[in-house]
Amino acid sequence: MSGVSFQNVQKSFGPVSVLRDVSLDIADGEFLTLLGPSGCGKSTLLRILAGLEAQDSGSVSIGGRGVDGVRPKRRDIAMVFQSYALYPHMTVAQNMALPLRMRRLSPWQRLPVFGRLLPGTKRAGGEIAAEVERTAKALGIGHLLERKPGQLSGGQRQRVAVGRAMVRHPAVFLMDEPLSNLDAKLRVQMRTEIKELHKRLGVTFIYVTHDQAEAMTLSDRVAVMLDGELLQVAPPQEIYADPSERRVAEFIGSPKINMLDGVVRERGLIDVAGSTLAVDIDRDQGAEVTLGIRPEAFHVADRSGPGALTGAVRFVEHMGSDLFVHLDMPGVAEPVIARLLAERAPQISAGQTLHLGVRPNRALAFTREGARIRPRVQWTPAAGATVTHLREYVQ
Amino acid sequence: MSATAAPLRNVERARPAASPARTLKLAEALAGYMLAGPAFLLLIVLFILPVFAVFVIAATDWQFGARSLDFVGLANFREIFGDEGFRISLMNTIVYVLIVVPGTVILGLAIALLIESGRSWRAFYRAVHFLPYMATLAAMAIAWEALLHPTIGLLNQTLAALGLPTANWLRDENTVLPVLAAIGIWQNLGFAMVLFLAGLKSIPQDLYDAADIDGADLWLDRLVNVTLPMLGPVTMFVVIVVALKAFESFDTVQILTQGGPGHASEVLLYTLYRESFEYLRTGYGASVTVVFLVIVVALTLIQARIMDRRVHYQ
Repeated sequence: MSGVSFQNVQKSFGPVSVLRDVSLDIADGEFLTLLGPSGCGKSTLLRILAGLEAQDSGSVSIGGRGVDGVRPKRRDIAMVFQSYALYPHMTVAQNMALPLRMRRLSPWQRLPVFGRLLPGTKRAGGEIAAEVERTAKALGIGHLLERKPGQLSGGQRQRVAVGRAMVRHPAVFLMDEPLSNLDAKLRVQMRTEIKELHKRLGVTFIYVTHDQAEAMTLSDRVAVMLDGELLQVAPPQEIYADPSERRVAEFIGSPKINMLDGVVRERGLIDVAGSTLAVDIDRDQGAEVTLGIRPEAFHVADRSGPGALTGAVRFVEHMGSDLFVHLDMPGVAEPVIARLLAERAPQISAGQTLHLGVRPNRALAFTREGARIRPRVQWTPAAGATVTHLREYVQ
Repeated sequence: MSATAAPLRNVERARPAASPARTLKLAEALAGYMLAGPAFLLLIVLFILPVFAVFVIAATDWQFGARSLDFVGLANFREIFGDEGFRISLMNTIVYVLIVVPGTVILGLAIALLIESGRSWRAFYRAVHFLPYMATLAAMAIAWEALLHPTIGLLNQTLAALGLPTANWLRDENTVLPVLAAIGIWQNLGFAMVLFLAGLKSIPQDLYDAADIDGADLWLDRLVNVTLPMLGPVTMFVVIVVALKAFESFDTVQILTQGGPGHASEVLLYTLYRESFEYLRTGYGASVTVVFLVIVVALTLIQARIMDRRVHYQ
């Protein structure tokens, strides 16, 4: 068992509060992603787990064992850094062997020349070399063992960093933005490899990223962080389709979710953008709400009227299979973006008036303060979009 | 040559004038030469020509102020290599360099690590250790002379008070060279320390974090696995610069010992000075300079070649 648990962790750097009362339980073998914009505290949380940083209050445990005050190397974790943090003066083999050498050889045995003469050094060294080679082969970098990091490409360095983490079979893998230094194509490829690695090793992965596509595609659960707070922890599809609050809804999804201010006309009906939509929420007449509608929740309607929004087309972006239509709507400050299937909406041009229907249950209601107002009939994943559908959208 | 060649040649001749790319390139080259010109001229006048002159003078028997000179070929060099005094001077210089360079590097690094590991008083420690490097060595030498004075000097007084043996530091041929080397270390320490401090700052924190996680989290392991290798380029620079400075040490010898006692503290530059400006044997002095130049340049090249490959990890 090597689940991870944070209990009421707080941390500030001087006057800046970086983590405010974060509690999070991560199951054994789970792939959990900490997702948030830069400066939200996700890396700090990871570094506290690694033991590189100490929390001001609260406690951390790995595998049910409290690790507060335990040195990083005794925590049974391994970490892949954004910069890879490979030792530039060592070959790939030496880089990968270091964690094993540090654990299995005594300080005397690690001495440059003298160490080799001590009993047991040669045998242990041979075992280490064999394990390094096995790991390197598994990662497809067996032929690079004698090179120095400076001679490797970004993708190769990334694999070496993963190899150095893997070689001693840690219980928990920590990854701090491991793909952000790679180019777009390689990033997608390495993403798949990391997913496969997780499947193969079956240990707990905690992955930090600001890239929602990575978070959505890799994770069992995503933890969305903002300003040192944990906003929502849920599977990717739930984060996307059933956000717990406005900030989560706005952070996830590209193009961004449309936010339209409206007023409850009567129970179940909301006046918004010069029209009326049916949204099944438990709010009385006159209550001010904000509706969040994802761009792909729109479809082209034949005419205006209840259930459809009307706007003037500003411009159209052609994305191949989809169109991003930017519209001005009465009483809405920012342009509304609708994502329409190209084949269903062939003739749309700037200046035209367009009627858009909203798919049932796809308008998310929030209070003006940003809290979510759940529908009276609870959302279920089956009622919303499918997972593959969602993943396609966040990319 | 046939008739077809003639039109071709015409085309070739027409192209340079017509090509804007070529005109641009020419203008750029001209501007480049004009910008580099003044510096190049100064280099020639101040460095290249004097060195050339030294090489010429080294082949003569010219005495400073004399109206005539004869070319004597390599006679000066034959004399140098047969000269016991020169051999002693060369050996002294080598010993001096071999004490000063490791001493400066090790102490400079140690002080830089100490300063970097603490949080308080950093600027003060930095300034204090850098002061000797900023001060005029000639003036500082006089202070050292007072400290090292055999009867009233602070060092001997302290040693005597502690019941330890004293020595006439600058007049004893066994102690004079190490003492001069110690002063040399004291002077260069600040320079090495400042460079090491800058080098330490440029080591990415990620590497220390990775070392912590990999289990190299004790002081010595971090030093061996991260700090020292990452300071490689800085160390190379410090070694080369300090070695060159040690090779051309002169002020302390001139002020404190004049090469004595006997020849015990005579170093290359001092020999050069004495031959050229005290004995006025300019031709001989110039050939000492040539030997000095060859040694220094060779040393720098060898160090740069060997160490460059080992410190840049490509």
